[in-house]
Amino acid sequence: MRFVFKTDYAQDIRLVKHGGHVIWYGLLGVVLLAAPWWASEYVMSQLHFICIYSIVGFGLMLLTGFTGQVSLGHAAFLAVGAYTEALLQAAGVPFFISISCAAIFSAAAGIIIGLPALRLKGIYLAIATLAFNVIVEEIITRWHKLTGGNEGKHLKPVEIFGWKLESDAEFYYLCLALTVICCLACVNLLRSPTGRAFVAIRDSEISASCLGVNLAKVKTMSFAISAALTGVGGALYAHKLAFISPEQFTLFQSIELLTIVILGGIGFLHGAVLGAAFIIVLPQVISIAKDWLPEGSAPSGLQAVVFGLILILFIIFEPLGLYGRWLKIRTWFELFPFYRRGMFRRQKSYMKSERLR
Amino acid sequence: MKFFSVENLGIRFGGVVAVDQVSFEVRRGEVYTIIGPNGAGKTTIFNLIGLIYPATSGRILYQGRELSGSKPHRVAELGIARTFQNIELFEHATVLQNLLIGRHRYRSTALWQELAFTPAVRHAERAQREAVEKVIEFLDLQHYRDSMVAGLPYGVRKVIELGRALATEPKLLLLDEPSSGLNPEETNEMAFWIEDIKKGLGITVLMVEHDMSLVQRVSDRVLALNEGRAIAEGTPAQVQSHPAVIEAYLGSKEPA
Repeated sequence: MRFVFKTDYAQDIRLVKHGGHVIWYGLLGVVLLAAPWWASEYVMSQLHFICIYSIVGFGLMLLTGFTGQVSLGHAAFLAVGAYTEALLQAAGVPFFISISCAAIFSAAAGIIIGLPALRLKGIYLAIATLAFNVIVEEIITRWHKLTGGNEGKHLKPVEIFGWKLESDAEFYYLCLALTVICCLACVNLLRSPTGRAFVAIRDSEISASCLGVNLAKVKTMSFAISAALTGVGGALYAHKLAFISPEQFTLFQSIELLTIVILGGIGFLHGAVLGAAFIIVLPQVISIAKDWLPEGSAPSGLQAVVFGLILILFIIFEPLGLYGRWLKIRTWFELFPFYRRGMFRRQKSYMKSERLR
Repeated sequence: MKFFSVENLGIRFGGVVAVDQVSFEVRRGEVYTIIGPNGAGKTTIFNLIGLIYPATSGRILYQGRELSGSKPHRVAELGIARTFQNIELFEHATVLQNLLIGRHRYRSTALWQELAFTPAVRHAERAQREAVEKVIEFLDLQHYRDSMVAGLPYGVRKVIELGRALATEPKLLLLDEPSSGLNPEETNEMAFWIEDIKKGLGITVLMVEHDMSLVQRVSDRVLALNEGRAIAEGTPAQVQSHPAVIEAYLGSKEPA
């Protein structure tokens, strides 16, 4: 078991809390950097998706996991990012400018949907964002001149200063670099005043506002940042698929994105990565499992059923998600043999009578 | 110039007049307590001062400035902090983080600096922690510094909430029933702190309280409310023996 003795305020602020972090994250970094050498073409492709979904997961985690605002419309921001990238690339705009624009336009869309969020909460906000998703999807389908409607848009490989990233490895490093940058930005945000204000809004709006947090501004900011990250993810997603069309940005996509943060563990940035890895790997596991089942016993909708089932089981038995499960396992080892079953059970919170609305 | 005053404050919810033409003044450096039976409108007055509810009538004046019509977060920025009757802490954050949110009004860095965690942010964070540490020391919270709030006992939460309000370095502190849910020993401790806050930190305290022993011990002046109206004002002893107050609490004598 490790004891961290704090002797300096810098220790609280520092990213690396103890030697274990250096070793394990260093190891993870080496494994990921070496991926093109150990991974097959297929695994590389999966890693692309995990990176992309992780970025989107960070965005949604900031909004849902840390600010407490549910969004069922994140596929719309993904679409804004993807189409911005597709259109700007077609217009010959350099990659770093086009992906920045993808982030900015998505953030703008985030602010627009953030405005009603100032008045809505919980399930009502979920419905509003859901509606937003449907609207954006519809606009993309109908605005044929700009988006190509149902015929979609084709994308060329990313080109950075004349260097074409055509191979899997090159595109992988781009995705990985952006994932690390986005992750660091989120971590930094969460250890500074704005990030704390997010958490404050999530846990008690009334006391947040009584402590000087401008609810309207911070909520809008959260929506904008979340959407911007999703936009970056969307741009990479468009490049990964090389072809985008409206049916990739439906409500089901939004639900899948929300699944990432719920399965991963709401309120943990690690959860976004774990959740992303989980939903990318799961379909493969299901298709392998299908081979073992007797002929005809596995219907084509099996994947959706398993997904739904896993989501329900997680919500009931593991509300802290995959990362929560990991925390429990770690604590079990650290405290061995003193781990108690109820250690992570959420205590019933005391009654709250004062609410803003 | 008056430090803090409320003039003809009133609010109605539909047909219910929760607070009716209440006026009082809090002098700099005193502990001013509002008492009254349940439903007298004490907490509603706090919510009016915090601009959580828009007042139907009247004015709230703080250091010569009119508060009414502003936004809730502006109140905190002007140096008024409050605690809640039913504890409103950030449950899924550590005690330290809770106290740091109290420092929100002193943030000085822009969003892009925070995203990159520039040296300016690092420096500011250190300074905030040093400021918070004073509160932790003042209230003896060292032991709970890094524990999650969810899971801490009620008495400790009450202290943390007081600490969070103090972390804002307020000039006026609103305490909504600081002793509710505390045992006699904890109440005693709370009384010490309120006295310390007044004398040591020089913070003016406006308090809603039921526990008369605590009221008598710490308050300089008391206002009694009943059904939204002010019925008596004066020293704790004066108010306690005021016939209107006795009637409000115990009812009037039945005619024989």
